[in-house]
Amino acid sequence: MKTYKQLFSELSKLKRPALISFFVIGDPDFDTSVQIVKTAIDAGADILELGIPFSDPIADGPTIQKADIRARNSGMSVQKAMEFTRTVRDYKDIPIGLLMYYNLIYQYGTQKFFSDFHEAGVNSILVADLSIDDADEITSPATGAGLDTVFMVTPNTDTKRMKLIASRTTGFIYTVSLLGVTGSREKLSDTVEALVGKLKKLTSVPVCVGFGISKPEHAAAVASAGADGVIIGSKIVGFIENNLGNKEKMLADISTFLGEVKNAISPR
Amino acid sequence: MKYKGRFGDYGGFYVPEVLMPVLEELEEGFYRFYEDKQFVAELAQLSKDYAGRPSPLYHAKRFSEYVGFKVYLKREDLLHGGAHKVNNTLGQGLLAKYMGKTKLIAETGAGQHGLATAMIGALFGMETKIFMGVVDIERQSVNVHKMKLCGAEVIPIEGGTGTLKDAINDALRYWTAHVTDTFYLFGSACGPHPYPTIVKHFQTCIGTETRRQCLAEIGKLPDMVVACVGGGSNAIGIFSGFMDDKDVKLLGVEAGGRSLNSGRHAATLVVGRVGILHGAKSYLLQDKEGQVHETESVSAGLDYPAVGPEHCLLKDTGRAEYVAAEDDEVLDAFELLSKTEGILPALESAHALAYLMSQKGKFDPDTIAVVNLSGRGDKDVSIVERRRPLMSS
Ligand SMILES: Cc1ncc(COP(=O)(O)O)c(C=O)c1O
Repeated sequence: MKTYKQLFSELSKLKRPALISFFVIGDPDFDTSVQIVKTAIDAGADILELGIPFSDPIADGPTIQKADIRARNSGMSVQKAMEFTRTVRDYKDIPIGLLMYYNLIYQYGTQKFFSDFHEAGVNSILVADLSIDDADEITSPATGAGLDTVFMVTPNTDTKRMKLIASRTTGFIYTVSLLGVTGSREKLSDTVEALVGKLKKLTSVPVCVGFGISKPEHAAAVASAGADGVIIGSKIVGFIENNLGNKEKMLADISTFLGEVKNAISPR
Repeated sequence: MKYKGRFGDYGGFYVPEVLMPVLEELEEGFYRFYEDKQFVAELAQLSKDYAGRPSPLYHAKRFSEYVGFKVYLKREDLLHGGAHKVNNTLGQGLLAKYMGKTKLIAETGAGQHGLATAMIGALFGMETKIFMGVVDIERQSVNVHKMKLCGAEVIPIEGGTGTLKDAINDALRYWTAHVTDTFYLFGSACGPHPYPTIVKHFQTCIGTETRRQCLAEIGKLPDMVVACVGGGSNAIGIFSGFMDDKDVKLLGVEAGGRSLNSGRHAATLVVGRVGILHGAKSYLLQDKEGQVHETESVSAGLDYPAVGPEHCLLKDTGRAEYVAAEDDEVLDAFELLSKTEGILPALESAHALAYLMSQKGKFDPDTIAVVNLSGRGDKDVSIVERRRPLMSS
């Protein structure tokens, strides 16, 4: 199973950041979702960030909220999510991170959740509603299960917290580009480049950037600021929402867009 | 964060990183000012002249006669705005002012907290946004209009069931994007630390006054103190005055909705399982995997699947007991208090009265029960009218 460490070291030789694409597992239904994720892999995604849908996603804007609803309406469950990650991992050996809310993990049993999903091909589990202050609740179950840790840094995280977060992160730092929830944005946040620069000086842990990255130019700017990965979420989830009646176009739009982003972050 | 914000294992601050700095700032601000002389004096003055504290303790003799024991009402319904909510919004609003914040946001279910926040926004000249589910906007429209008259913007929330939980989700999302200048004036003793502690602090006046009034006016402590429980603020407020009086029974009444068996209710402590929602660990109405259930109650203010962490601990230790009252019983209680005392209770508060009605004749006539009449029922008249049309006479 390919680790983040192996992947980031391969990419550093290629001198380009990782292309990370986010989807909600089971959006709009299990089979289409598998096809979508395979399409993203074929289009060049280096890492998959996958969400298990939750009833109350407080860190997500309307696009991903709607994706959660579509997935839940089509019967997505924790058990099926496990089957999903296994299927995807069998298709191609690329790292998979989960991004989800704590209650689903807590109800399953944290230790067992982490072990079972590690076995199903997952490399890390980022808990959206758990900050570094409560890292103890998940780090030892995570490392015990063989998972890497991923934590968020936001534009209002102070230097002391950044150092703490970096010291407890083994996978990558999920850098939130702006103050706000997930969602496409017209413009790239004007503070993100400085934020990436600061983090890169502070730590050798890979720094990936997400939230609001909606255009190839955004990705290129983040890449030239030194990011080790670019995370695209709502923009591509939007292609699902906009093409629910036309699967071919849905897949083509996702593939084209990811191709453009990959191109934009690759060295000329 | 300086403190863990735990009540036993309950509570905490399960929020995204982006909200941590602002919760820390809030915690620091609260502990800096809550005992500050000037802050305390200013709050006391406003509580008296603006809100109308102290609120009376009233012996409801005809209601007592019906149930067969002595019932006293703590008249929070007489406060400005018509509910206990103003205690909290004055406290937090003043805190916002002392912390230099200029904008307020709040969630609301029944509209009482939204109204109480809108009032304080007007009082302090702060721009105010109220997040409210579309279902609640429809069923508590009088309060919506009042909020607008006070100058607040009411933001309708379509998501989920269009009730309190969804309003909190969107208020948190909005706050995430506006942490720098906006103060989130949270409405109940739940949510992430430090809110349960802050809200309790500003609601303890109910308990302190009630205990003093019992001793002065009845000459002894009551046998039981009864309050409705949504998020838990009016209940923790009145319970706090009697926590160390081990002989005083503390009883919380949750929303039994259609019925507990139907699954359509909001009786979190009675039938919930421990989980994590809106930044805190608490009892929670949820399915096996942890997806949060949709709730149902005739009262918008209790229509919520989680509950304040301190109540969870009080339940586990047995210091307080929690029961549920179903919608039909609640409507009976609404009618009974109106008929026997000429007091229209809020449907939320009517849950506490419904419990007493269910105990009719079961206690010794000398038994003294104090009910926190957390709000008045004007806002609910149209709901009651629809559910219980009066015969034309
Ligand atoms: C009159 C009244 N009582 C009680 C409540 C429930 O809240 P809590 O449990 O925080 O007291 C509300 C909430 O809107 C209310 O308006």
